[in-house]
Formats: sequence, structure tokens, C-alpha cells
Amino acid sequence: MALLYNEEQLMLRDSARDFLNGRAPVSHLRQLRDNGSSDGFSRDLWSEMTDMGWPAILVPEQYGGLEYGYTGIGIVLEETGRTLTPSPMLCTAMMGAAAIVKAGSDMQRETILPGIAAGEHLLALACDETSRHAPHEVATSADEIGTGYRINGSKTAVMDGHIADTFIVSTRTGKDISLFLVPAETAGVTVKTRKNLDTHLTANITFERVEVGRENLLGTLNGGLAILDYVLDVGRTGVSAELLGIAQETFDRTTRYLKERKQFGVPIGSFQALQHRAAQLYTEIEMCKSLVIKVLQTLDERNDGDAELVSLTKSKLGQTAQLATAEAIQMHGGIGMTDEFDIGFFLKRCRILESLFGDSYFHLDRFARQRGY
Amino acid sequence: MTETDSFRQAARDWLEANCPGSMRQPYRDEGDACWGGRNFKFQSEDQENWLKKMAGKGWTVPTWPVKYGGAGLDSAQAKILREELNRIKARPPLESFGISMLGPPLLKFGSEELRQQHLPPIARGEIRWVQGYSEPNAGSDLASLQMRADDMGDHFIVNGSKIWTSYGDKGDWMFCLVRTDFAAKKHEGISLVMFDMTTEGVSTRPIKLISGKSPFTETFLENVRVEKNQVVGKINEGWTIAKYLLTHEREMIGGSGILRSGSTPVYKLAVDALGTGNGILNDAMLRADIARFEVDERCLALTIERARDEVKAGVSLGAAASMFKYYGTELNKRRYELLMSINGQQALDWEGGDNRDGHLPKSWLRTKGNSIEGGTSEIQLNIVAKRLLGLPG
Repeated sequence: MALLYNEEQLMLRDSARDFLNGRAPVSHLRQLRDNGSSDGFSRDLWSEMTDMGWPAILVPEQYGGLEYGYTGIGIVLEETGRTLTPSPMLCTAMMGAAAIVKAGSDMQRETILPGIAAGEHLLALACDETSRHAPHEVATSADEIGTGYRINGSKTAVMDGHIADTFIVSTRTGKDISLFLVPAETAGVTVKTRKNLDTHLTANITFERVEVGRENLLGTLNGGLAILDYVLDVGRTGVSAELLGIAQETFDRTTRYLKERKQFGVPIGSFQALQHRAAQLYTEIEMCKSLVIKVLQTLDERNDGDAELVSLTKSKLGQTAQLATAEAIQMHGGIGMTDEFDIGFFLKRCRILESLFGDSYFHLDRFARQRGY
Repeated sequence: MTETDSFRQAARDWLEANCPGSMRQPYRDEGDACWGGRNFKFQSEDQENWLKKMAGKGWTVPTWPVKYGGAGLDSAQAKILREELNRIKARPPLESFGISMLGPPLLKFGSEELRQQHLPPIARGEIRWVQGYSEPNAGSDLASLQMRADDMGDHFIVNGSKIWTSYGDKGDWMFCLVRTDFAAKKHEGISLVMFDMTTEGVSTRPIKLISGKSPFTETFLENVRVEKNQVVGKINEGWTIAKYLLTHEREMIGGSGILRSGSTPVYKLAVDALGTGNGILNDAMLRADIARFEVDERCLALTIERARDEVKAGVSLGAAASMFKYYGTELNKRRYELLMSINGQQALDWEGGDNRDGHLPKSWLRTKGNSIEGGTSEIQLNIVAKRLLGLPG
């Protein structure tokens, strides 16, 4: 398949870009922060996104979805990266939908997928227990009891954990891992909100003698590891698309500034010291574009995903977006350090996404392991 | 079966029947390449047959029109052919600056007579071309070149010298930038001319490099007669053509960092040399650098693929060739730094059997020139900054 977006996909991108520039530019995020929003996103905006069909992109048609594939949702996330628009797109529309479509029982599909497509049912993946991402190290336990399972343990920094209606929880069952769907209102579940440096919210969640039925098992008992890795890889892909949007937008803003800002009587973009750094950054971003298209197309084509490619992509995108945001601050000079100017928001969001679901080091290591060294 | 599928099947069948076994393995070193030309000695019958068969099919230049020795393939078919050749690890039947550098501008700017005269022998590998661009005082600032061509009516008399002529002592013909208007601005008095290297007054001298090898020569022209009908495009408008040719050269050099179908991946060489513990390479720092290298190598391969898809969809590559030249050559230098580290003391031997007479260190030294020849990395970054980003100055 050609490494290009087709015409329909380009139309989706243009309409997403128009909508976000009009309704949720960076000033929208600033407003959420200044108003101390307890959700960390706007429910009004989410219902407009729902009208655009975005949460339905991955959901199969029989459950009220658009069945438009990973490439489609990746394109939208790239655009929300450009505007830094907070929404449940990543955790619910992408990872949540992927988890239920991939591993859900008929009943789980029927009860959850229509709600995802309608923007009414929000999900969050509760997997990490340590400060650095280590999804295979699971201490949270699920013990069999008469009617089902009893879950004990705690999860840390769960993205969208503060708004989720249902958690996908990784648990230890013997020496294996099993996944459970746990409604947020279940007795014994405590959610404590954390505020991130970019005003996004996450949550620490504790499970104290939380009882769920057998029907809450996602996939098979002891078969959670492969599903978890798949859902995480979907999430990492979405994060990579968002990072690409961030890298491109900060780069565009920076090259505009290099042409406008004058010192010594000339635009600072005429200085070779800055030109070469801008040109190198441009080159790295071009590399990243190819990776993101490739990894999205691969998710659409291959049912089992491609861990090596996902980790390669997440690692490269994290490195490049960090370079882009750091160079943006440096090249903007003093104004880049001010809160009044927007460029700092990109630096902050980028740092969150670099860390989310494994940072560049985690994924470089995983890439090498996948390659056999 | 779609048209594409049937083309693929036909190509696969033909290659199966016609590509000799010995031509289905990567080069051991550059000595295995087939360059063609009047003086070339084939290393084997297989090598000669492979060239003849591919040339007969028009597949040494698959996208060129049939009348010039090509096969008239569209870019989608050419991609399939490339994939099928890669699949069986086929060696290129012909390495040729005539194909990679001179052909495209000749097709675009050359007169019908010139195309008829020069393209078919290039396609058949009968004439080996060399490039006369750089001069001792015109490197990065190529347009300041001084080789002078004086107008004698129906011909020019050319005097001056060129430097960094790749394989200048092995070439049959040269395409050469000369100054034909001495009063005009530096970009406006240049012409691209072609002449036979056996013409009276042409001589070459090898330049010995830090690698101990001499892939380049200096080339001296003393009162050399060049016919006016051997000017590509119009007189004094050679700079546009020269730049067009350079984008193709850069594509070729940039691609060489990555298009190594069949060569052993760097990590495998490291695993063989260093071993692993619990599946992890026995040197954590080297492992991280190899992984970063492999990430970037894959990035470049995918981006070249994407650029080709864009060209197919009608977007021109243009200054993007500078990006590939920059990235590909820097990557190739990294590859050889890693290979040197992986091989330890053995990589330091200059002579002797174990190290194939210093093959690795000599290659490593040679790569240092990759980011200089064909326009330095710094020049490529200038081009990206100005033409792709529109930065001023």
C-alpha cells in the first residue's frame, strides 16, 4: 500500500483541522487550565466531536460505529496534537474501542461499543503500578471467589482514570495476567485525581476487595498479556500520531518566527546556525511522518499488530517531538519562556506523551528485544 | 488477476529463468560491481550474461522509453521490478553514472540527436561516463568554476582542470561543466558539454585517498576540441541542468546508505561478535547505539518509499533529494563507526587474510567522503533551509 493518505482520509484531516482550529485551538486548553476544570476536558466539545462521528471511528457498524480504521483515528489524533485539545479520543475511542473489539465477549460488545460510539461510555486502561511504565509487572491480584473474582491492589497515573465509567484492569492470576472490566462505581473502587503538568488529569485508583462477576473478564482467564500488549500498542500508536502533530505544529510556529523576528537588522532565520538546526529538525519530522503512516496502516492490515514497528515509532516520535519542542523554546528566546505565549504548552504536553505507555528508552529497549538483541 | 499481479508474475518468471545463481548474492566488495564500458573486464560469464539479458529486456533502465534502450515501464511497474529483484537478492546488472546522473537530464533537456546518440549505449553498458563538476577552486561553491571553453564557431576549445572525477581513469566519455560566457554572472555563463575521454589533450591523474585507494582522479584539459552539437540544452544555460543532474546524484548517494538489500543487519554482526546474555547484547551502550541506528535506518527506508509514492502521485521530489543525501550519508558514516566498534582490534588491521586486506577500515575511511562528495552535508542543509523551509538569506 502506498505510504500516503487517500483522498477520503485527507478530507477527514481537513475537516478535523478546520473544526479544531475553530472550536478548540490552544486557547481552549488555556481556558480549561485557568478555570480549573475538574474534568480536564470540555463535555460540550466532546459532544460536538461525537456529532462529527469521532468516537465511532473504530467501532464496527453493527454497534453503531463507522468502522473506519486506525488510520482514520490516527489522523484525528495528529490534529488534536496540533491544537493540544484534551478529549477522551485516545483512551476511549482508540484504546477502549480496540480492547472491546479485539477481546470483548458478545455481551460486552453489545453493552459497551454503542456507548463508545455515542460518546457516552468512557474507558481507561488501569495497568501501571510503578512510576515508570512496566506493564508486565503486576501485583494487583484477582482471586477466584464463588460468583466471580475479588480484586485487590492499586494502579497509578491512570490516564482518564478520573472520568472513566469503566476501567480495564490488569491483574495477576497465579503466574499469569488477566484483564477485567470494572465499572467505576463498583464498591471498593477509590479514585484519586492527579493534576499533570500540562493540566491534563490522571488518577490513582485503589481496588479494595472489589468483587466482579465472571462476565467481567476481558478475554480468557490467564490470557490477558497478549491483549494488554495489543491495547498498549494501539495506545502507543495513537500517542505517536499526537506527538507527530505536536512536532509539526511547533516546527511550523518556529519557522514562522524565524522569518518574522529581526535582530541585527535581519530576520534571525537568515543565520546559518539556526538554518541548519531547522533543516535537521525538518528532516527528522519527515522521517516521523513516514513512520506514523506506516504503523497506522499496519494496524489496519495486521490483526496481531507489529510490536517492533510500534516501539520503533514511539521511540523515534518521542525523541523527535522533544527535540522539536525544546528547539522551539530556544529559538523563540525569552518570549518562549513566558506563560502568556503558547509554545510552552507544547513542551509540557510533549513531556507527558513521551512518558505515556513507555518512554523513548523503554521503547528503544523493546525494539532491540523484538529484533533479538 | 490484476494487471499489476500479472506483471509481477511475468517479471518473477523471467528473472527466475534468466538471473544466474552467482548474481543472486550481495557484492562482497565494490570489485564485484559491473560498470561496463570499453575497457571493462567482466569477472565472469554470468556477470556478462546478466548484463546482456537485462539490457536486452530494457531493464537496466526500466523507465526509459523503449527507443532509447529502456522498457517504458511506469513507476508502479518499476517498483514491482525493484521488489522482485530485491526478493532474489539480484545484483544490479550495471552500475552507471550514465544511468543515474546523465540520463535524466539528457532525457529532459537533450536534443533528439543527442538522446539517440548517447542513451542506447548507456542502457547497454557500452559507454562508461564520468562526471566533470568540481574544480580545485570550485567545491561547495560549484558555480564559480573556471574551466574555459572558447567559441571557435562550430566547436569549443576547452582548457582547465577538474578534480574529484570518480573513476576518471576508467571512463569513456565525460559530461562536464565549462564556462562559455566570461562576462556573465557566475550562474549564467555555464554550459554542460560532453566529450570522448580519448580526445587529444585529455589526461587524468589518480588521487590517493586516506583509504589508500584511488577512486577519484584529477582531469586535465589542454586545448581539447569539443563539438558544439555536444552541448546539453542551450549554451550558457547549463547551471539549471547541472542542478537537475545533482538532485539525481544526491538521490543515488543518499539511497546508497540504505538500499543494501541482502547485506547482513548490523545487529546480527554485533550478536556474532559479542554474544548475548538472556537475549541481550553483551554491551549495553553499544546496543543502544545500534538500536538508534536501526531506528533511523528504517526511518530513511520508509521515507524513501513514501517519497517514491508521492512522485508516483505526481508530487515532484526536488529539494527533498538534499534531505535524503544528508540523512543517508550521515547514516552510512554511523554504520561504519558501529562496524569498527563491533569488530574491535580486528577492524584495525590494514593487511592480511583475516581482515580481507583491511577491507573494513578502508571502507570506513571511504565513508568519510560520503558527506562531502555530491555537495557537503552543510550544503544540503542550506538547500533544505532555503528551498523547503523558505528561510531568508
